[in-house]
Amino acid sequence: MADLKADRPGEGLPDLRRMTEARILLGRFGAGLPTRAVQSFQLDHARARQAVWSEVDRAALRNELGELTVEIAEAHSMASTREEFVRRPDLGRRLSPDSISGLGKLPRGRDVVIVLGDGLSASAVTTNGAAVTRAVLERLDAASMSVSAVVLAAQARVALADPIGELLEARVAIMLIGERPGLSAADSLGAYLTYGPKSGTPDSRRNCISNIRRGGLAIDEAADSMTALVALMLKTGISGVGLQSAASNLLPEDAKLIGLSPAAIGSKTEPH
Amino acid sequence: MSYTSTVGGTLYRFSDLKQLMAKATPQRSGDELAGIAAEGPVERLAAQMALADLPLKTFLAEELIPSDDDEVSRLIASRHDPKAFGSVASQTVGEFREWLLKPETTQAELEAITFGLTPEMVAAVSKIMRLQDLIAVAAKREVVTHFRSTVGLRGRLSTRNQPNHPTDESRGILASAIDGLLMGSGDAVIGVNPATDSLADYIRIVELLDDLRARLAVPTQTCCLGHVTTAIAAIAARAPVDLVFQSIAGSQKANEGFGITLALLAEAHDAVRSLGRGPANANLMYFETGQGAALSADAHFGVDQQTMEARAYAVAREFRPLLVNTVVGFIGPEYLFDGKQIIRAGLEDHFCGKLLGLPMGVDVCYTNHADADQDDMDTLLTLLCAANVNFVITVPGADDVMLNYQSLAHHDAVFCRETLRRPPAPEFEQWLVEVGLTDASGTLLPPPLRLIEGMASVPLLGAAHG
Repeated sequence: MADLKADRPGEGLPDLRRMTEARILLGRFGAGLPTRAVQSFQLDHARARQAVWSEVDRAALRNELGELTVEIAEAHSMASTREEFVRRPDLGRRLSPDSISGLGKLPRGRDVVIVLGDGLSASAVTTNGAAVTRAVLERLDAASMSVSAVVLAAQARVALADPIGELLEARVAIMLIGERPGLSAADSLGAYLTYGPKSGTPDSRRNCISNIRRGGLAIDEAADSMTALVALMLKTGISGVGLQSAASNLLPEDAKLIGLSPAAIGSKTEPH
Repeated sequence: MSYTSTVGGTLYRFSDLKQLMAKATPQRSGDELAGIAAEGPVERLAAQMALADLPLKTFLAEELIPSDDDEVSRLIASRHDPKAFGSVASQTVGEFREWLLKPETTQAELEAITFGLTPEMVAAVSKIMRLQDLIAVAAKREVVTHFRSTVGLRGRLSTRNQPNHPTDESRGILASAIDGLLMGSGDAVIGVNPATDSLADYIRIVELLDDLRARLAVPTQTCCLGHVTTAIAAIAARAPVDLVFQSIAGSQKANEGFGITLALLAEAHDAVRSLGRGPANANLMYFETGQGAALSADAHFGVDQQTMEARAYAVAREFRPLLVNTVVGFIGPEYLFDGKQIIRAGLEDHFCGKLLGLPMGVDVCYTNHADADQDDMDTLLTLLCAANVNFVITVPGADDVMLNYQSLAHHDAVFCRETLRRPPAPEFEQWLVEVGLTDASGTLLPPPLRLIEGMASVPLLGAAHG
């Protein structure tokens, strides 16, 4: 095998690999990729599939969250299985009847409710969920913003935060959710913040911080941004596309926070 | 008006044409999500049998989305050519399938009926066709377009080289584009999906692609796939815009979701023509579509997603595009659940586009939450080559690092050229030989020094060298 050399087309060029993360200059045998490149791709795809199709271990997650200043509650969407969740986004946005009665016992009318949802990557929640939740909670506590609970939500789409926030009469809902895995990262969390959450809130009324993971947006940085966003939403009474202009009417330094994009969740479902 | 069929003594009733079409559609998750799919395989077949007996003329009498409410329906009605329809006007959908398959029905006959057919008729017949039928008929229908290269000639396969970068960095785009060119990819277009939609970025991207193309004298076109309004503004600023791109869909409301109207597309078409960059009569537009786009915008009006897709082709053909492709597996498993559904949809879209006269390509692709993998893509690509698809999209190592989905690898196009014997556009094929990237038989060679020097002379890349 040692004398089998792939055609490497990049020789003589500047080091193009430094310019992009794309899988360029892989080499080839005829039309085939080198074996190592094929299997590296397959491994990334296997990880991504596992992220989508596995379930969050709630006991382990509770364990990792440890003692918090607020109660940890559980909720479930109307999608009962992973397959139903993938096929029926509409069910993933609605709360199951059991969850409605279960959440009814939690404190209402607080500044924030934090929802930790599996979304399209259970791996993201398993890997980063507890650390991100703790980091946000610490900062909200330090800023004297009240939190009703941390809700662990299964088979959850982003908009499941709406009925939860509405039920708990929270001013702001923070949904920390597993993002659709790519080949390069299967464990990214996204944070979607909504002021005045209620069922039917359009995605244009949310603000989004994405790619939260080790090697992506650092957890502390993401938690700082979320806390600042919550403060801004409480001050302006608005979230989403209107937040930037509302913020610039207050203080110029507040406006800087909103390099964070309004959520364009729908755009991924359209052909590019 | 209602439609019925009897299967094994059971009477099946379909309340209107829309419901009949939806229930006759081969199974897919999007129609189930919309709540319009058949209850099961027997009801689906009952619908397909009723559809097979339906006269094609029915589609002229009963609109699925009324013209009063929808400009796409108005366009379809106004472009219908009764004379062209003449030769098939008396046929049922089932007879039309048989007519399409007959050896006597050749390119000439298929071309002659192009504007006699409506998207709904073409969608209907596709629903009662197997994959083999879809391939056999599409393979007979050659649709050729041209700019600097000639795309769609029978027996050839063109590629879009898609050098996307997560933040649109110029050097990242160039590195990826060069990787594709060295693999022989890009004769249909070198086209970037921008991560941003600002005018400045759009202009920067078309300028750097145009510089690369001109420097290496590649006989191809370049494109930034930004919004059509950004393209119009860039053209006004005299940026080097070869092709205007836009995503389109099959209803006025869905198109409004994309921020477009037919009038806006016409304005863009006029604008790009005014630049005069192509030869006389060059095709100057590039459209992308995909089943499920209308449903995801809640703009499907109870019509099944495959018929909505075919209606988008009526929009496309109004503007004589160089390239049209369905982005078939991009939308996700709630619309096309697995490899089987993606493969069928890709072949349906290609067939319907070709019959309606479009230079149809396919982005053979999937996302990580769909139940699909590279084996499914190999299958679809090979079938599409058999169907004489105009072009496919290729990216480095099948991994699009900006859009986070898997398309084909540049390697896959090499497979088509060398194993399936599908050379690229003739101008590009000649260029590959002239620069020494392929031998006379079309086999890819290690890149010659002269070409490497040409690529290294791109100023942005040279800067990285030191």
